[in-house]
Amino acid sequence: MPTFNKELMRATILAHYENPYHKETPQNPGEFMQMHLNSSGCIDDFTLYLKVVNDIVEVGYFDGFGCTISVASTSILLEMIEGMKIDDVLLIIAEYHKMLNNETFDESLLNEAIVFANTMKQPSRIRCATIGWDGVKELILQHQKKEQ
Amino acid sequence: MYDVYKIREDFPVFKNTNTIYLDNAATTYKPQSVINAVTNYLSKETANSGRGDYHDAYLVDKKLDDTRELVKDFIGAKLASEIIFTQGTTMSLNIVAFSFGHHFLHKGDEILLSIAEHASNTLPWFEIAKEVGAEVILMPLSEDGYITPEIVKEHLTPRTKIVAITHVSNVLGYVNDVKTIAEVVHANGSLIVVDGAQSVPHLKIDVQDMDIDFLAFSGHKMLAPTGIGVLYGKKALLDVMPPFLSGGGMNLSYTTDCDITFMKVPEKFEAGTLNIEAIYGLHAALTYINELGIENIAKHEYNLKQYALEKLRKLDHIIIYNEDAPTGIITFNVRGVYAQDAATYFNSKNIAVRSGQHCAKLLKHYLNELGTVRASIYLYTTKEDIDAFVEAAKTAEDFLDAYF
Repeated sequence: MPTFNKELMRATILAHYENPYHKETPQNPGEFMQMHLNSSGCIDDFTLYLKVVNDIVEVGYFDGFGCTISVASTSILLEMIEGMKIDDVLLIIAEYHKMLNNETFDESLLNEAIVFANTMKQPSRIRCATIGWDGVKELILQHQKKEQ
Repeated sequence: MYDVYKIREDFPVFKNTNTIYLDNAATTYKPQSVINAVTNYLSKETANSGRGDYHDAYLVDKKLDDTRELVKDFIGAKLASEIIFTQGTTMSLNIVAFSFGHHFLHKGDEILLSIAEHASNTLPWFEIAKEVGAEVILMPLSEDGYITPEIVKEHLTPRTKIVAITHVSNVLGYVNDVKTIAEVVHANGSLIVVDGAQSVPHLKIDVQDMDIDFLAFSGHKMLAPTGIGVLYGKKALLDVMPPFLSGGGMNLSYTTDCDITFMKVPEKFEAGTLNIEAIYGLHAALTYINELGIENIAKHEYNLKQYALEKLRKLDHIIIYNEDAPTGIITFNVRGVYAQDAATYFNSKNIAVRSGQHCAKLLKHYLNELGTVRASIYLYTTKEDIDAFVEAAKTAEDFLDAYF
Protein backbone atom coordinates (compact mmCIF):
# COMPACT_ATOMS: atom_id res chain seq x y z
CA MET A 1 0.00 0.00 0.00
CA PRO A 2 1.37 3.44 -0.88
CA THR A 3 1.89 6.10 1.77
CA PHE A 4 -0.99 8.50 1.54
CA ASN A 5 0.20 12.08 1.51
CA LYS A 6 -2.34 14.86 1.08
CA GLU A 7 -2.00 15.00 -2.67
CA LEU A 8 -2.56 11.28 -3.08
CA MET A 9 -5.52 11.41 -0.69
CA ARG A 10 -7.07 14.19 -2.70
CA ALA A 11 -6.41 12.42 -5.99
CA THR A 12 -7.84 9.15 -4.66
CA ILE A 13 -11.07 10.81 -3.52
CA LEU A 14 -11.47 12.57 -6.85
CA ALA A 15 -10.70 9.42 -8.84
CA HIS A 16 -13.38 7.47 -6.96
CA TYR A 17 -15.85 10.36 -7.36
CA GLU A 18 -15.27 10.75 -11.07
CA ASN A 19 -15.07 7.04 -11.85
CA PRO A 20 -16.84 5.31 -8.99
CA TYR A 21 -16.64 1.53 -8.66
CA HIS A 22 -19.86 -0.32 -9.54
CA LYS A 23 -21.99 2.83 -9.47
CA GLU A 24 -24.88 1.40 -11.43
CA THR A 25 -27.89 -0.79 -10.92
CA PRO A 26 -26.82 -4.42 -11.37
CA GLN A 27 -28.33 -6.34 -14.30
CA ASN A 28 -30.08 -8.77 -12.00
CA PRO A 29 -31.08 -6.58 -9.02
CA GLY A 30 -33.51 -9.21 -7.75
CA GLU A 31 -30.58 -11.40 -6.68
CA PHE A 32 -29.27 -8.70 -4.34
CA MET A 33 -30.11 -7.48 -0.88
CA GLN A 34 -31.11 -3.86 -1.34
CA MET A 35 -31.30 -0.77 0.77
CA HIS A 36 -32.24 2.84 0.15
CA LEU A 37 -29.75 5.34 1.61
CA ASN A 38 -30.41 9.00 2.29
CA SER A 39 -29.68 11.58 4.93
CA SER A 40 -31.51 14.59 6.30
CA GLY A 41 -28.46 16.84 6.24
CA CYS A 42 -27.49 16.20 2.64
CA ILE A 43 -29.40 15.39 -0.53
CA ASP A 44 -27.46 12.13 -0.96
CA ASP A 45 -29.83 9.53 -2.35
CA PHE A 46 -28.59 6.03 -3.21
CA THR A 47 -29.76 2.49 -3.56
CA LEU A 48 -27.23 -0.04 -2.31
CA TYR A 49 -27.04 -3.60 -3.68
CA LEU A 50 -25.12 -6.36 -1.92
CA LYS A 51 -24.80 -10.06 -2.69
CA VAL A 52 -23.55 -12.30 0.13
CA VAL A 53 -22.96 -16.00 -0.57
CA ASN A 54 -21.69 -18.41 2.11
CA ASP A 55 -20.86 -15.48 4.40
CA ILE A 56 -18.68 -13.91 1.73
CA VAL A 57 -19.44 -10.63 -0.01
CA GLU A 58 -19.58 -11.67 -3.62
CA VAL A 59 -20.25 -8.25 -5.10
CA GLY A 60 -21.83 -4.85 -4.35
CA TYR A 61 -23.25 -2.00 -6.42
CA PHE A 62 -24.73 1.42 -5.69
CA ASP A 63 -26.77 3.82 -7.77
CA GLY A 64 -28.17 7.33 -7.31
CA PHE A 65 -26.53 10.66 -6.56
CA GLY A 66 -24.53 12.22 -3.78
CA CYS A 67 -21.65 14.48 -2.85
CA THR A 68 -17.99 13.70 -3.47
CA ILE A 69 -17.45 12.24 -0.03
CA SER A 70 -20.46 9.93 -0.09
CA VAL A 71 -19.80 8.66 -3.62
CA ALA A 72 -16.05 8.19 -3.15
CA SER A 73 -16.35 6.52 0.25
CA THR A 74 -19.00 4.05 -0.94
CA SER A 75 -16.98 3.31 -4.07
CA ILE A 76 -13.82 2.58 -2.07
CA LEU A 77 -15.70 0.27 0.29
CA LEU A 78 -17.44 -1.75 -2.41
CA GLU A 79 -14.19 -2.27 -4.28
CA MET A 80 -12.33 -3.27 -1.14
CA ILE A 81 -14.80 -5.83 0.27
CA GLU A 82 -15.41 -7.88 -2.85
CA GLY A 83 -14.63 -11.52 -2.01
CA MET A 84 -14.14 -10.73 1.69
CA LYS A 85 -15.65 -12.62 4.64
CA ILE A 86 -18.47 -10.66 6.23
CA ASP A 87 -16.82 -10.79 9.67
CA ASP A 88 -13.75 -9.08 8.22
CA VAL A 89 -15.95 -6.47 6.53
CA LEU A 90 -17.62 -5.68 9.86
CA LEU A 91 -14.19 -5.34 11.44
CA ILE A 92 -13.06 -2.87 8.77
CA ILE A 93 -16.23 -0.83 9.16
CA ALA A 94 -15.68 -0.66 12.93
CA GLU A 95 -12.09 0.58 12.42
CA TYR A 96 -13.30 3.15 9.90
CA HIS A 97 -15.75 4.55 12.44
CA LYS A 98 -12.94 4.76 14.99
CA MET A 99 -10.90 6.79 12.51
CA LEU A 100 -13.79 9.20 11.90
CA ASN A 101 -14.35 9.56 15.65
CA ASN A 102 -10.70 10.49 16.09
CA GLU A 103 -9.99 7.32 18.11
CA THR A 104 -6.99 5.01 17.72
CA PHE A 105 -7.52 2.69 14.77
CA ASP A 106 -5.71 -0.01 12.84
CA GLU A 107 -4.51 1.76 9.72
CA SER A 108 -3.46 -1.47 8.01
CA LEU A 109 -7.08 -2.67 7.85
CA LEU A 110 -8.42 0.40 6.10
CA ASN A 111 -6.28 0.53 2.95
CA GLU A 112 -7.45 3.30 0.65
CA ALA A 113 -10.23 4.31 3.05
CA ILE A 114 -7.77 6.27 5.15
CA VAL A 115 -8.11 9.08 2.61
CA PHE A 116 -11.18 10.09 4.66
CA ALA A 117 -9.14 10.59 7.82
CA ASN A 118 -9.62 14.35 7.40
CA THR A 119 -13.39 14.21 7.26
CA MET A 120 -13.57 15.24 10.90
CA LYS A 121 -12.33 18.66 9.78
CA GLN A 122 -15.82 19.05 8.33
CA PRO A 123 -17.96 17.23 10.90
CA SER A 124 -21.17 17.95 9.02
CA ARG A 125 -19.85 15.62 6.31
CA ILE A 126 -19.15 12.60 8.53
CA ARG A 127 -22.59 11.28 7.70
CA CYS A 128 -21.61 11.47 4.00
CA ALA A 129 -18.44 9.48 4.64
CA THR A 130 -20.40 6.74 6.43
CA ILE A 131 -23.65 6.54 4.48
CA GLY A 132 -22.53 3.65 2.25
CA TRP A 133 -20.57 1.98 5.06
CA ASP A 134 -23.53 2.00 7.43
CA GLY A 135 -25.68 0.61 4.64
CA VAL A 136 -23.30 -2.30 4.00
CA LYS A 137 -23.16 -3.04 7.73
CA GLU A 138 -26.94 -3.01 7.99
CA LEU A 139 -27.31 -5.39 5.04
CA ILE A 140 -24.71 -7.77 6.49
CA LEU A 141 -26.52 -7.77 9.84
CA GLN A 142 -29.77 -8.50 8.02
CA HIS A 143 -28.06 -11.39 6.24
CA GLN A 144 -26.73 -12.80 9.53
CA LYS A 145 -30.16 -12.57 11.13
CA LYS A 146 -31.72 -14.41 8.22
CA GLU A 147 -29.06 -17.15 8.32
CA GLN A 148 -29.76 -17.74 12.00
CA MET B 1 -28.55 57.42 6.59
CA TYR B 2 -28.28 53.61 6.68
CA ASP B 3 -25.10 52.79 8.61
CA VAL B 4 -24.61 49.03 8.48
CA TYR B 5 -21.53 49.14 10.73
CA LYS B 6 -23.47 50.93 13.42
CA ILE B 7 -26.30 48.42 13.00
CA ARG B 8 -23.87 45.54 13.54
CA GLU B 9 -22.96 46.96 16.93
CA ASP B 10 -26.52 46.12 18.02
CA PHE B 11 -25.91 42.40 17.37
CA PRO B 12 -23.79 40.71 20.06
CA VAL B 13 -23.27 37.63 17.90
CA PHE B 14 -20.80 39.55 15.75
CA LYS B 15 -18.55 39.93 18.79
CA ASN B 16 -18.70 36.20 19.50
CA THR B 17 -18.18 34.61 16.10
CA ASN B 18 -16.09 35.09 12.98
CA THR B 19 -18.66 33.34 10.82
CA ILE B 20 -19.55 35.26 7.70
CA TYR B 21 -23.24 34.59 7.86
CA LEU B 22 -25.00 34.33 4.52
CA ASP B 23 -27.84 31.99 5.49
CA ASN B 24 -30.34 34.67 6.44
CA ALA B 25 -33.16 33.09 4.46
CA ALA B 26 -32.92 30.22 6.97
CA THR B 27 -32.82 32.32 10.12
CA THR B 28 -31.38 35.65 11.27
CA TYR B 29 -29.17 36.95 14.05
CA LYS B 30 -30.85 38.78 16.95
CA PRO B 31 -30.16 42.32 18.16
CA GLN B 32 -29.51 43.01 21.85
CA SER B 33 -32.92 44.66 22.16
CA VAL B 34 -34.63 41.37 21.27
CA ILE B 35 -32.44 39.43 23.69
CA ASN B 36 -33.23 42.00 26.39
CA ALA B 37 -36.95 41.74 25.74
CA VAL B 38 -36.87 37.94 26.14
CA THR B 39 -34.75 38.24 29.28
CA ASN B 40 -37.07 40.89 30.61
CA TYR B 41 -40.00 38.50 30.47
CA LEU B 42 -38.01 35.63 31.94
CA SER B 43 -36.40 37.61 34.73
CA LYS B 44 -38.76 40.46 35.56
CA GLU B 45 -42.39 40.06 34.57
CA THR B 46 -43.04 36.33 34.28
CA ALA B 47 -46.72 35.37 34.28
CA ASN B 48 -49.07 33.46 32.04
CA SER B 49 -51.28 35.38 29.68
CA GLY B 50 -55.03 35.69 29.60
CA ARG B 51 -55.84 34.18 32.96
CA GLY B 52 -54.30 36.16 35.82
CA ASP B 53 -55.79 38.85 38.06
CA TYR B 54 -52.51 40.29 39.27
CA HIS B 55 -50.27 43.08 38.12
CA ASP B 56 -47.58 41.04 36.32
CA ALA B 57 -50.22 39.09 34.42
CA TYR B 58 -51.72 42.38 33.35
CA LEU B 59 -48.32 43.51 32.02
CA VAL B 60 -47.99 40.29 30.01
CA ASP B 61 -51.48 40.66 28.55
CA LYS B 62 -50.73 44.24 27.64
CA LYS B 63 -47.52 43.22 25.87
CA LEU B 64 -49.45 40.62 23.87
CA ASP B 65 -52.03 43.22 22.88
CA ASP B 66 -49.31 45.71 21.97
CA THR B 67 -47.51 43.11 19.88
CA ARG B 68 -50.70 42.23 18.03
CA GLU B 69 -51.17 45.93 17.25
CA LEU B 70 -47.58 46.19 16.09
CA VAL B 71 -47.97 43.17 13.78
CA LYS B 72 -51.29 44.52 12.51
CA ASP B 73 -49.68 47.82 11.50
CA PHE B 74 -46.58 46.11 10.15
CA ILE B 75 -48.57 44.12 7.57
CA GLY B 76 -51.38 46.64 7.08
CA ALA B 77 -54.17 44.53 8.58
CA LYS B 78 -57.46 46.11 9.56
CA LEU B 79 -57.92 44.52 12.98
CA ALA B 80 -55.62 43.25 15.71
CA SER B 81 -57.95 40.26 16.11
CA GLU B 82 -56.90 39.12 12.64
CA ILE B 83 -53.40 38.41 14.01
CA ILE B 84 -52.98 34.87 15.41
CA PHE B 85 -49.78 33.91 17.20
CA THR B 86 -48.43 30.53 16.09
CA GLN B 87 -45.15 28.60 16.27
CA GLY B 88 -44.13 29.82 12.84
CA THR B 89 -44.99 29.72 9.17
CA THR B 90 -45.40 25.94 9.12
CA MET B 91 -47.98 25.99 11.92
CA SER B 92 -49.75 28.97 10.35
CA LEU B 93 -50.11 27.16 7.02
CA ASN B 94 -51.22 23.95 8.74
CA ILE B 95 -53.96 25.88 10.54
CA VAL B 96 -55.28 27.24 7.26
CA ALA B 97 -55.01 23.93 5.43
CA PHE B 98 -56.66 21.80 8.10
CA SER B 99 -59.05 24.20 9.81
CA PHE B 100 -60.22 25.89 6.66
CA GLY B 101 -59.88 22.69 4.67
CA HIS B 102 -61.97 20.53 6.97
CA HIS B 103 -64.76 23.03 6.90
CA PHE B 104 -64.77 24.21 3.29
CA LEU B 105 -63.04 21.69 1.06
CA HIS B 106 -65.07 18.88 -0.43
CA LYS B 107 -64.60 16.00 -2.79
CA GLY B 108 -63.66 17.23 -6.25
CA ASP B 109 -62.52 20.69 -5.13
CA GLU B 110 -59.16 21.90 -6.39
CA ILE B 111 -56.24 23.40 -4.49
CA LEU B 112 -53.82 25.32 -6.68
CA LEU B 113 -50.13 25.46 -5.69
CA SER B 114 -46.91 26.26 -7.55
CA ILE B 115 -43.87 24.03 -7.92
CA ALA B 116 -41.81 26.69 -6.14
CA GLU B 117 -43.59 26.18 -2.81
CA HIS B 118 -41.70 25.25 0.33
CA ALA B 119 -42.68 21.89 1.83
CA SER B 120 -44.70 23.76 4.48
CA ASN B 121 -46.96 25.21 1.80
CA THR B 122 -47.20 21.91 -0.06
CA LEU B 123 -47.48 18.94 2.30
CA PRO B 124 -50.38 20.23 4.45
CA TRP B 125 -52.36 20.66 1.23
CA PHE B 126 -51.42 17.16 0.05
CA GLU B 127 -52.67 15.81 3.38
CA ILE B 128 -55.97 17.65 3.51
CA ALA B 129 -56.60 16.88 -0.16
CA LYS B 130 -56.20 13.16 0.55
CA GLU B 131 -58.48 13.43 3.55
CA VAL B 132 -61.40 15.20 1.86
CA GLY B 133 -60.92 13.89 -1.68
CA ALA B 134 -59.85 17.23 -3.15
CA GLU B 135 -57.24 17.52 -5.88
CA VAL B 136 -53.92 19.39 -5.73
CA ILE B 137 -53.00 21.12 -8.98
CA LEU B 138 -49.34 22.15 -9.35
CA MET B 139 -48.62 25.20 -11.48
CA PRO B 140 -45.30 25.55 -13.32
CA LEU B 141 -43.33 28.81 -13.19
CA SER B 142 -42.88 31.23 -16.06
CA GLU B 143 -39.66 30.86 -18.02
CA ASP B 144 -38.08 33.59 -15.90
CA GLY B 145 -39.08 31.99 -12.61
CA TYR B 146 -42.30 33.74 -11.60
CA ILE B 147 -45.79 32.72 -10.61
CA THR B 148 -47.66 35.15 -12.88
CA PRO B 149 -51.33 36.20 -12.84
CA GLU B 150 -51.60 34.67 -16.34
CA ILE B 151 -50.35 31.27 -15.19
CA VAL B 152 -52.71 31.35 -12.21
CA LYS B 153 -55.61 32.31 -14.49
CA GLU B 154 -54.87 29.42 -16.84
CA HIS B 155 -55.05 26.95 -13.98
CA LEU B 156 -58.18 28.27 -12.24
CA THR B 157 -61.35 26.30 -12.74
CA PRO B 158 -64.83 26.59 -11.24
CA ARG B 159 -63.66 23.92 -8.76
CA THR B 160 -60.64 25.88 -7.48
CA LYS B 161 -61.32 26.71 -3.83
CA ILE B 162 -57.88 27.80 -2.68
CA VAL B 163 -54.74 29.18 -4.30
CA ALA B 164 -51.72 28.88 -1.98
CA ILE B 165 -48.53 30.54 -3.23
CA THR B 166 -45.32 32.00 -1.98
CA HIS B 167 -44.80 35.76 -2.12
CA VAL B 168 -41.02 35.40 -2.47
CA SER B 169 -39.50 32.03 -3.39
CA ASN B 170 -37.00 30.84 -0.77
CA VAL B 171 -34.85 29.39 -3.55
CA LEU B 172 -35.14 31.93 -6.34
CA GLY B 173 -35.93 35.17 -4.51
CA TYR B 174 -38.38 36.40 -7.14
CA VAL B 175 -41.22 38.61 -5.86
CA ASN B 176 -44.54 37.43 -7.23
CA ASP B 177 -47.22 40.00 -8.05
CA VAL B 178 -49.52 38.87 -5.27
CA LYS B 179 -51.84 41.86 -5.62
CA THR B 180 -52.76 41.13 -9.25
CA ILE B 181 -52.85 37.39 -8.56
CA ALA B 182 -55.31 38.04 -5.70
CA GLU B 183 -57.59 39.93 -8.13
CA VAL B 184 -57.56 37.02 -10.55
CA VAL B 185 -58.17 34.51 -7.76
CA HIS B 186 -61.05 36.50 -6.26
CA ALA B 187 -62.66 37.03 -9.67
CA ASN B 188 -62.87 33.23 -9.81
CA GLY B 189 -64.53 33.13 -6.40
CA SER B 190 -61.48 31.42 -4.85
CA LEU B 191 -59.33 32.38 -1.85
CA ILE B 192 -55.63 33.20 -1.74
CA VAL B 193 -53.19 31.97 0.91
CA VAL B 194 -49.76 33.66 0.84
CA ASP B 195 -46.56 32.23 2.29
CA GLY B 196 -44.80 35.38 3.48
CA ALA B 197 -41.84 33.72 5.22
CA GLN B 198 -39.36 35.25 2.77
CA SER B 199 -41.22 38.49 2.05
CA VAL B 200 -42.44 39.94 5.34
CA PRO B 201 -38.87 40.30 6.76
CA HIS B 202 -37.69 42.12 3.65
CA LEU B 203 -40.50 44.01 1.90
CA LYS B 204 -43.34 46.36 2.76
CA ILE B 205 -46.51 44.29 2.95
CA ASP B 206 -50.05 45.62 2.98
CA VAL B 207 -52.54 42.78 3.24
CA GLN B 208 -55.51 45.09 2.69
CA ASP B 209 -54.07 46.74 -0.40
CA MET B 210 -53.01 43.35 -1.79
CA ASP B 211 -56.35 41.87 -0.68
CA ILE B 212 -54.73 38.73 0.74
CA ASP B 213 -57.08 36.29 2.53
CA PHE B 214 -54.40 34.53 4.60
CA LEU B 215 -50.74 35.38 5.21
CA ALA B 216 -48.24 33.23 7.12
CA PHE B 217 -44.78 34.22 8.34
CA SER B 218 -42.13 33.48 10.99
CA GLY B 219 -40.49 35.71 13.58
CA HIS B 220 -37.07 34.09 13.54
CA LYS B 221 -36.42 35.11 9.94
CA MET B 222 -36.85 38.74 11.02
CA LEU B 223 -34.73 39.14 14.18
CA ALA B 224 -37.20 37.56 16.62
CA PRO B 225 -36.65 34.27 18.50
CA THR B 226 -37.56 30.89 17.04
CA GLY B 227 -40.93 29.42 17.90
CA ILE B 228 -43.08 32.45 17.15
CA GLY B 229 -44.94 33.17 13.96
CA VAL B 230 -48.11 34.74 12.72
CA LEU B 231 -51.18 33.74 10.81
CA TYR B 232 -53.10 36.67 9.40
CA GLY B 233 -56.60 35.95 8.17
CA LYS B 234 -59.53 38.12 7.20
CA LYS B 235 -61.82 38.24 10.21
CA ALA B 236 -64.89 37.05 8.32
CA LEU B 237 -62.99 33.90 7.32
CA LEU B 238 -61.43 33.25 10.72
CA ASP B 239 -64.83 33.67 12.37
CA VAL B 240 -66.34 30.74 10.51
CA MET B 241 -63.32 28.42 10.71
CA PRO B 242 -63.27 25.72 13.40
CA PRO B 243 -60.34 25.75 15.84
CA PHE B 244 -57.22 23.80 14.91
CA LEU B 245 -56.20 22.84 18.46
CA SER B 246 -58.49 22.61 21.45
CA GLY B 247 -57.77 23.12 25.11
CA GLY B 248 -57.23 25.93 27.58
CA GLY B 249 -57.37 29.54 26.52
CA MET B 250 -59.65 28.97 23.54
CA ASN B 251 -62.99 28.05 25.14
CA LEU B 252 -65.57 30.11 27.03
CA SER B 253 -67.42 27.14 28.52
CA TYR B 254 -68.16 23.46 28.06
CA THR B 255 -70.68 21.04 29.45
CA THR B 256 -71.02 17.39 30.41
CA ASP B 257 -72.71 16.88 27.02
CA CYS B 258 -69.39 17.72 25.30
CA ASP B 259 -70.83 21.03 24.16
CA ILE B 260 -68.06 23.65 23.76
CA THR B 261 -68.44 27.40 23.34
CA PHE B 262 -65.30 28.78 21.73
CA MET B 263 -63.72 32.13 22.37
CA LYS B 264 -63.66 34.62 19.54
CA VAL B 265 -60.69 35.12 17.21
CA PRO B 266 -57.78 35.31 17.71
CA GLU B 267 -57.99 33.31 20.98
CA LYS B 268 -60.03 30.57 19.29
CA PHE B 269 -56.83 29.60 17.46
CA GLU B 270 -54.43 30.00 20.37
CA ALA B 271 -55.07 26.96 22.57
CA GLY B 272 -52.51 26.34 25.30
CA THR B 273 -49.86 28.67 26.63
CA LEU B 274 -48.30 30.85 23.98
CA ASN B 275 -44.54 31.27 23.49
CA ILE B 276 -44.72 34.44 25.54
CA GLU B 277 -41.01 35.24 25.74
CA ALA B 278 -40.78 34.93 21.98
CA ILE B 279 -43.71 37.34 21.64
CA TYR B 280 -41.75 39.82 23.76
CA GLY B 281 -38.88 39.24 21.34
CA LEU B 282 -41.12 39.71 18.32
CA HIS B 283 -42.28 43.03 19.74
CA ALA B 284 -38.68 44.23 20.04
CA ALA B 285 -37.79 42.86 16.59
CA LEU B 286 -40.62 44.71 14.86
CA THR B 287 -39.74 47.87 16.76
CA TYR B 288 -36.13 47.53 15.58
CA ILE B 289 -37.14 47.00 11.95
CA ASN B 290 -39.60 49.89 12.08
CA GLU B 291 -36.87 52.21 13.33
CA LEU B 292 -34.63 51.25 10.41
CA GLY B 293 -37.51 51.34 7.96
CA ILE B 294 -38.38 48.24 5.92
CA GLU B 295 -37.91 50.13 2.63
CA ASN B 296 -34.36 51.07 3.68
CA ILE B 297 -33.65 47.45 4.54
CA ALA B 298 -34.94 46.33 1.13
CA LYS B 299 -32.74 48.94 -0.59
CA HIS B 300 -29.67 47.84 1.37
CA GLU B 301 -30.22 44.21 0.42
CA TYR B 302 -30.82 45.07 -3.22
CA ASN B 303 -27.67 47.19 -3.46
CA LEU B 304 -25.56 44.50 -1.83
CA LYS B 305 -26.90 41.85 -4.16
CA GLN B 306 -26.02 44.02 -7.17
CA TYR B 307 -22.55 44.52 -5.69
CA ALA B 308 -22.14 40.75 -5.32
CA LEU B 309 -23.45 40.03 -8.82
CA GLU B 310 -21.03 42.48 -10.43
CA LYS B 311 -18.17 40.52 -8.93
CA LEU B 312 -19.60 37.02 -9.40
CA ARG B 313 -20.32 37.63 -13.09
CA LYS B 314 -16.59 37.87 -13.66
CA LEU B 315 -16.15 34.28 -12.45
CA ASP B 316 -16.79 31.88 -15.32
CA HIS B 317 -17.20 28.86 -13.05
CA ILE B 318 -20.03 30.39 -10.99
CA ILE B 319 -23.49 29.72 -12.45
CA ILE B 320 -26.14 32.08 -11.07
CA TYR B 321 -29.79 31.07 -11.41
CA ASN B 322 -31.58 34.23 -10.29
CA GLU B 323 -29.56 37.28 -11.31
CA ASP B 324 -32.59 39.51 -11.82
CA ALA B 325 -34.38 38.59 -8.56
CA PRO B 326 -34.74 41.87 -6.63
CA THR B 327 -34.30 40.36 -3.17
CA GLY B 328 -31.15 39.39 -1.26
CA ILE B 329 -31.06 35.73 -2.31
CA ILE B 330 -28.27 34.52 -4.62
CA THR B 331 -28.80 30.98 -5.90
CA PHE B 332 -25.83 29.46 -7.67
CA ASN B 333 -23.62 26.47 -8.34
CA VAL B 334 -19.91 26.08 -8.88
CA ARG B 335 -19.54 24.47 -12.31
CA GLY B 336 -18.88 20.75 -11.98
CA VAL B 337 -19.11 20.80 -8.18
CA TYR B 338 -21.93 19.12 -6.25
CA ALA B 339 -23.80 21.78 -4.23
CA GLN B 340 -23.04 20.13 -0.88
CA ASP B 341 -19.34 20.01 -1.69
CA ALA B 342 -19.37 23.70 -2.54
CA ALA B 343 -21.12 24.59 0.72
CA THR B 344 -18.58 22.53 2.68
CA TYR B 345 -15.82 24.42 0.92
CA PHE B 346 -17.36 27.78 1.86
CA ASN B 347 -17.63 26.49 5.43
CA SER B 348 -13.90 25.80 5.44
CA LYS B 349 -13.51 29.53 4.70
CA ASN B 350 -15.87 30.39 7.58
CA ILE B 351 -18.68 31.35 5.27
CA ALA B 352 -22.14 30.04 6.10
CA VAL B 353 -24.20 29.26 3.00
CA ARG B 354 -26.79 26.57 2.45
CA SER B 355 -26.95 23.84 -0.15
CA GLY B 356 -29.52 21.35 -1.30
CA GLN B 357 -33.09 21.75 -2.42
CA HIS B 358 -33.97 24.25 0.31
CA CYS B 359 -37.16 22.36 1.23
CA ALA B 360 -38.68 23.13 -2.19
CA LYS B 361 -38.30 19.66 -3.62
CA LEU B 362 -40.48 20.14 -6.69
CA LEU B 363 -38.51 23.13 -7.96
CA LYS B 364 -35.79 20.89 -9.38
CA HIS B 365 -38.09 20.40 -12.36
CA TYR B 366 -37.68 24.11 -13.12
CA LEU B 367 -33.98 24.44 -12.30
CA ASN B 368 -32.92 21.12 -13.84
CA GLU B 369 -30.44 20.82 -11.02
CA LEU B 370 -30.41 18.33 -8.16
CA GLY B 371 -29.28 20.98 -5.76
CA THR B 372 -28.07 24.56 -5.55
CA VAL B 373 -26.10 26.72 -3.15
CA ARG B 374 -27.89 29.71 -1.64
CA ALA B 375 -26.32 32.82 -0.15
CA SER B 376 -28.82 35.16 1.47
CA ILE B 377 -28.36 38.70 2.74
CA TYR B 378 -30.01 40.64 5.55
CA LEU B 379 -30.02 44.10 7.03
CA TYR B 380 -26.60 43.71 8.71
CA THR B 381 -24.70 42.13 5.79
CA THR B 382 -21.71 44.22 4.66
CA LYS B 383 -19.69 44.67 1.49
CA GLU B 384 -16.84 42.99 3.37
CA ASP B 385 -19.01 39.89 3.85
CA ILE B 386 -19.66 39.85 0.12
CA ASP B 387 -15.95 40.39 -0.64
CA ALA B 388 -15.00 37.38 1.49
CA PHE B 389 -17.72 35.32 -0.18
CA VAL B 390 -16.55 36.26 -3.69
CA GLU B 391 -12.93 35.66 -2.74
CA ALA B 392 -13.82 32.12 -1.63
CA ALA B 393 -15.95 31.62 -4.74
CA LYS B 394 -12.91 32.35 -6.91
CA THR B 395 -11.19 29.15 -5.77
CA ALA B 396 -14.28 27.02 -5.13
CA GLU B 397 -13.40 24.59 -7.89
CA ASP B 398 -10.71 23.31 -5.48
CA PHE B 399 -13.48 22.25 -3.12
CA LEU B 400 -11.57 19.30 -1.67
CA ASP B 401 -9.26 21.84 0.01
CA ALA B 402 -11.93 21.87 2.72
CA TYR B 403 -10.49 18.58 3.97
CA PHE B 404 -6.80 19.37 3.68
